[in-house]
Amino acid sequence: MTRARSLSRSLTRALPVAPAVVLLLLFLAGPIAYCAYIAFTDLQLTGQAEDSFVGFDNFRTAFGDEAFLNAVWLTLVFTVVSALLGQNTLGLALAALMQRASKPVRTLVGGIVITAWVLPEVVAGFLLYVFFRREGTLNAILDWLRLPTQNWLFTLPILAVSFANVWRGTAFSMLVYSAALNEIPKEITEAAEVDGAGGWRRMWHITLPMIRRSIGTNLMLITLQTLSVFGLIWVMTRGGPGGKSQTLPLFMYEEAFQKSMIGYGTAVALLLLVVGSLFSAVYLRLLRTEV
Amino acid sequence: MPVRPTAVLPTLLALSLAAATTLTACGTGSGSDPDTVKVSFKQSTDNSIKVMDTYLADIKKQFEKANPGKKVEFVPIKAPDSEYYTKLQQMLRSPKTAPDLVYEDTFLINSDITSGYLKPLDPYLAKWQDWDQFIDTAKEAAKGEDGKTYGIPDGTDTRGLWFSKDIFKKAGLPADWQPRTWNDVLDAARTIKREAPDVIPLNIYTGKPVGEAATMQTFEMLLYGTNDGTSDPLYDRSAKKWIAGSQGFKDALSFVETVYKEKLGPDVSDALDPNVMTRVRGEWLPQGELAIALDGSWLPQDWLPGSGHEWPEWSDELGLAAMPTQNGQAPGKVSMSGGWTWSIPAKAANPDLAFEFVKTMQTKANAQKWYVANSGIAVREDVAADPAYVDAQPGIKFFTDLVANTHYRPAYPAYPKVSTAVQEAMEGVTTGDMSVEDAAKGYDEELKAAADGQVIEK
Repeated sequence: MTRARSLSRSLTRALPVAPAVVLLLLFLAGPIAYCAYIAFTDLQLTGQAEDSFVGFDNFRTAFGDEAFLNAVWLTLVFTVVSALLGQNTLGLALAALMQRASKPVRTLVGGIVITAWVLPEVVAGFLLYVFFRREGTLNAILDWLRLPTQNWLFTLPILAVSFANVWRGTAFSMLVYSAALNEIPKEITEAAEVDGAGGWRRMWHITLPMIRRSIGTNLMLITLQTLSVFGLIWVMTRGGPGGKSQTLPLFMYEEAFQKSMIGYGTAVALLLLVVGSLFSAVYLRLLRTEV
Repeated sequence: MPVRPTAVLPTLLALSLAAATTLTACGTGSGSDPDTVKVSFKQSTDNSIKVMDTYLADIKKQFEKANPGKKVEFVPIKAPDSEYYTKLQQMLRSPKTAPDLVYEDTFLINSDITSGYLKPLDPYLAKWQDWDQFIDTAKEAAKGEDGKTYGIPDGTDTRGLWFSKDIFKKAGLPADWQPRTWNDVLDAARTIKREAPDVIPLNIYTGKPVGEAATMQTFEMLLYGTNDGTSDPLYDRSAKKWIAGSQGFKDALSFVETVYKEKLGPDVSDALDPNVMTRVRGEWLPQGELAIALDGSWLPQDWLPGSGHEWPEWSDELGLAAMPTQNGQAPGKVSMSGGWTWSIPAKAANPDLAFEFVKTMQTKANAQKWYVANSGIAVREDVAADPAYVDAQPGIKFFTDLVANTHYRPAYPAYPKVSTAVQEAMEGVTTGDMSVEDAAKGYDEELKAAADGQVIEK
């Protein structure tokens, strides 16, 4: 085969995907490039006649801004608590338990968990706001148990919103893990059982290694999803009180839209992107390790 | 070997994350028709509230009848306040998306003027007789730093103290309560706390969760009552600089601190709940759980038939008092005003036609209809003097009389940032995390950054 022929052949092959590539470039790469550019300007939404290029100023401002550092810390807490610990482990536990449960139980539990997932973010936010507020359901239960009550959204806002995110997002992990567990050949677990391995040992030595890829994919997806959670926190606490639940997306919104500093807000968006990529890099690394 | 979809995943996901979290203003260009005037306004997010839609539909009918061949097209933006501004500002950036007439909040109008989004209206106003009917303070609200006017106000609002006559009776306070100083207000709240312990004595909005309401309904209502009533305590208009380190600022913060420290206000956690404004109007006041509320003239809008929490008896059950100055110094009362104006974008395709539409909206009869429909306060002298307007709703006379002592905010481009800094200082003293001194110092620092150093110490 000559080189020219092979070139024309790969061009012909590329033709069908060309429209998709053009669309991707236009609607994904375009805005991102523009976004990367304005992160280096002092562009404002209003209140300014002309914007100018300011180099790394926005990033310097961010790292010197206590509110930004606070938001980074809270974002990490929120992600680790609600995605890695909460959604991930709870999703796996539910999936594992449901493997052994009877069909009615499986349908019921799955139904409830998935309902929380399909609810629009804002609706879920309101539901959990009502659950956690001072006159809310949680306090009513605590009161009935004669335990002390408090306004959870005020005293422990970051944990309250983390719980809300666990409540809302667990279904996703559960579905991913259910699918993964179904893929494990029955013979292997049965063989292990015959060899005398108990439930925990089977989980640790057989199940987990076999669904390793699903764990990695799931962790990555829910981390990226959680990093960008906005509506839920906005509805429940507006990032307050005193910035105690202000994660990066809320901080970014405040800077970009409430204070109309688009340039600075976009710089923060880029930094959020960096946080996301760091997490992704760690997961990819984990995926590569052989068992 | 199995393919590794995970290898491309992070890149793709990262890309879509970025796309989702950043702002891409893309407008659908629509060719401009010289006979059609495009009008953008803020549509209520509550589907049952159609006050503005109904009013504008009526004006459209009048306008199209009076100007044969001309058409009005509405471009409503259905969003809460802060998102409305954002959307509007994005539309104003390009001639493709700029409507011919927009509804601008006086809170941000100066920012939009500085950005070059709006057109000066002076040539039109010079030829428009009705402009003389507009009161001077309202004319100031839409003036740019260049002295030109960029908007026609369609009403305003004022603020004062709403109090429950029933609770006052229980606490042994007079039904015609008219406090003369800040201390009178605090003393009444203390009495209520003692005599009627199950109600909230006094609500003042505070902190970032309620946003501009904390700054305007509470802080500025206090601050503008601290000096001699002639100069602006927030911004020095002659020096064109923001004021830092003033005693008035600390005094206003102390008032907020006192209310929450002495537990004269709602529980701090309720006060900092983003939904507290809805609770004040929908629950606390109508259900007799709150004795005094420092709040705006528009409250009865929420108690109208069809609003979800109808309360026609409010005018018998609530009393009204003006917010006093700090020590009762002249003029004795304080009010802040805001409101909205109609403006023509710099990139509008049909500015002349847009101004004709404003003229139709602002005939005396139409303006009056609008003030009454939206519980607004008249900015036209002829309407304010009309008995039909004064009698249209209880409370309207009280709030219209406050216009004589009202202040407009220095809504210059730095204002939204200054306002956030005020809210942060308030939140600090409300939760007790900060002393008044520290909170005021924090404000001064934020102010320097927000105003780009354009600050003077007073």
